[in-house]
Amino acid sequence: MKIALTSVFVDDQRAALAFYTEVLGFTKRRDVPLGDNFWLTVVSPESLDGPELLLEPSDHPAVKPYRDALVEDGIPLAQFAVDDIEAEHARLTGNGVVFTQPPTDIGAAVVAVFDDTCGNLIQLIEEKPDENHDDPS
Amino acid sequence: MVCNTSGPVVHEPNLAKIAAACGYSPQVCGYEASATLICKLPLAYSAFMVDVFRALDDQTRRLVLDELSVRDGQTLFEICSTLTMRHGLSLTRQAISQHLGVLESAGLVVTERRGRSKFHYFSPEPLAEITARWPTRRRTEQ
Repeated sequence: MKIALTSVFVDDQRAALAFYTEVLGFTKRRDVPLGDNFWLTVVSPESLDGPELLLEPSDHPAVKPYRDALVEDGIPLAQFAVDDIEAEHARLTGNGVVFTQPPTDIGAAVVAVFDDTCGNLIQLIEEKPDENHDDPS
Repeated sequence: MVCNTSGPVVHEPNLAKIAAACGYSPQVCGYEASATLICKLPLAYSAFMVDVFRALDDQTRRLVLDELSVRDGQTLFEICSTLTMRHGLSLTRQAISQHLGVLESAGLVVTERRGRSKFHYFSPEPLAEITARWPTRRRTEQ
């Protein structure tokens, strides 16, 4: 078994596609009309056959309270791995992306959290090369 | 003032904050209210400081203040992940939320909404009350 697809709810699918491709740099994989909405997925250009991220419409009434509560507490909906988190932070900030948490060293990795402008918080993670992670200092 | 207030001296710049924290109306701080209310302030001050000392009497809450004084303005998620990853504490989010509530009611933490998220800030004023009451001096200066 492997993870083929996961999703984030987005307020506007076209705006989300623009943000996830033009700003974040993902590649559109599927864009199939589905009633008023679309089956719209993106993949990482580093792994075109890898897991797809579904940009799912947020029109279900349960979505708003669910996301509002998570965003209030700063809880991200998904995590994307990057090679250089400081460079990504600088690049995205330059593109107007707002971070709720700047790059923060948490021991085994450096993490940051940004607002995806579609209603979600997303975490970036740069894992550190293998070293002794047991020392929390 | 009509009455002779006894007990700890309430430093005037913080009077408004303490009065507000104790549920007094802003008029009390403006010395417009009756002398009776003003006389109650030392009592209110004591209750306020008890909250401060109780809030500080906990290792997790002191760690939260440590982390906020390193980087101010953190979400609940960030505080939880820092306590877990950097300090090896495995507490539930609800427990940390309750600790933040205790710190907030003691005036040591204030929250602010920015966008759709809530951020926590360290508020050192109650600690200033402690050093104002018991000034820290070096031995050589005595």
